[in-house]
Amino acid sequence: MGMTFAEKVLARAAGKDRVVPGEIVMVRPTHLLTHDNTSAIIGKIGPELDQYGVVDRDLPVIVLDHAIPACDEKTAAEHQRVRAFARRFELPHFFDGGEGTCHQVVMEKGLAKPGTIVVGSDSNSCSYGAVGCFGTGIDRTGAAALLLTGETWLRVPSTIRVVLEGKFQKGVSPKDFALTLAGMIGADGANYMALEFDGPALGEIGVEDRITVANMGVEMGAKVAAFPVDEQTEAFLHRIGLRRYAYEALWADDDAEYEQRIALRLDKIEPVLALPHAVDNVSPVSENLGLPIQQALLGTCSNGRLSDLKTAADIVRGKKIHPNVRFLVLPASRTVLLEAMAQGYVRTLLEAGAVLLPPGCGPCHGAHQGVLAPGERCVSTANRNLRGRMGSASAEILLASPATVAASAIAGAIALPEED
Amino acid sequence: MRVWRYGDDIDTDMLFPGMYAHTCATIEEIRPHLLEGLDPTFAAEVRVGDFLFVGCNFGCGSSREQPALGLRAVGVAAVVGESFSRSFFRAAINQGLLLIECPQAVDCYEEGMEVRLHLAQGEIEVGGARFGFPALPPEILAIHAAGGLLEYARAWLATRGA
Repeated sequence: MGMTFAEKVLARAAGKDRVVPGEIVMVRPTHLLTHDNTSAIIGKIGPELDQYGVVDRDLPVIVLDHAIPACDEKTAAEHQRVRAFARRFELPHFFDGGEGTCHQVVMEKGLAKPGTIVVGSDSNSCSYGAVGCFGTGIDRTGAAALLLTGETWLRVPSTIRVVLEGKFQKGVSPKDFALTLAGMIGADGANYMALEFDGPALGEIGVEDRITVANMGVEMGAKVAAFPVDEQTEAFLHRIGLRRYAYEALWADDDAEYEQRIALRLDKIEPVLALPHAVDNVSPVSENLGLPIQQALLGTCSNGRLSDLKTAADIVRGKKIHPNVRFLVLPASRTVLLEAMAQGYVRTLLEAGAVLLPPGCGPCHGAHQGVLAPGERCVSTANRNLRGRMGSASAEILLASPATVAASAIAGAIALPEED
Repeated sequence: MRVWRYGDDIDTDMLFPGMYAHTCATIEEIRPHLLEGLDPTFAAEVRVGDFLFVGCNFGCGSSREQPALGLRAVGVAAVVGESFSRSFFRAAINQGLLLIECPQAVDCYEEGMEVRLHLAQGEIEVGGARFGFPALPPEILAIHAAGGLLEYARAWLATRGA
């Protein structure tokens, strides 16, 4: 009997021949990601840090991204504590505000390697599955203890295998695929499980888009959401400086045992929205055309990469944003922003009337930079549309692809890009 | 010993309302609001050694740590459930709160039945009937015995430092 991706990674990390779903294993993750919440995490272990220090300087990856630049005095003081902590222990993987959203930074800096375990004190840490890394979110207490001991426990998940077939129709994106899957299996459809994506159409989803899909895994309850390492992954890793010998990829055996298998034909997927207030409240864009919006958000850790900005720039080029709409553009990282500037996408977006936000989380979690007023409606490429998340509890968030968000920003209402 | 019986999909907002999540961190601050959205009598009446018997997906929603911390601190012996949300399972173990996944025990329970936990044997006794549950690995039992993951880590560091 073979093993799934999750079973293989956890067995190797635990030094066992095999592990089975439900089993709890002790592992030493390669990295621990924390963000602005680093302040709260180290606050749990002040005396222990004084006495023993951090177990391994290479373990923590700290990215300030949730409220950057600081939105109030409390946040500023938290950032100050985090900077002092990073300086004190001479942590090599500290990234101050403006470098990007934490998950994008982890991936761009080559810290999420295939076959390794990277845990994060942030639920969307499952993003790293895009390159065959076992990325998963853990709690703050777990993160605090990990800083001291270097070790944590993980329960071996069972796995849902998603087999990709066919070809996307024009104008349909992997974000539409991720939302469609969420609608099919539900927001708790993969609760406690791993999602594995594979199949003949794997190549239809590029690495940037695999980050989008893996990022959405936790929105379906998944602990891990992983893709195999193929030529596209190897090319991506090569570009960021990770040579083939620097990692040892793992993937599921053909005879692995699955909780469920889902075959999805990409050509059957159409542009969709997740309507308020749940990610699985999915409905075709075509059935919601004309629904007025006041804000459009392009970016965040789910969709702020170069290909997303290109898609939007191509749609708004030579047009103007609807006067009733604020169009916020939030690149996922400084690297993405610089490249988007070099390619002219930023100029195109700004000429159309967009507002550029600093690379980070922006308004996605409702702290600053574009929170919603009562009764307002926002179409967003983010990953969560829970009630009140972006401000007022009577505001609505609709999740969509970059193309739908850009077309809607022009129309002032839910829209699809015009046909060429 | 008293058993507090609740249903399916109890989320963390019912266990500890989000409006207090950023202002309450200590057990003294948490205790008065524990299960406030689910059962207003709980905080005042819960006693050391009580059990919670719950349905599916207990602790779903936000991954805040106050519900698990609070239930352990007031002395709940164990939460016996059909299933737990992933974030709650993790938070509970790391806060030293015992979770027992045993749908048969939950099914069997009726008002007034006596409940006894035989942790070493991996069994729970409900009204005289015994039900097995998946054994918890030694590391997890050690975290529970230490009173939570941070206490466990502190003890580990102290041994190593000696």
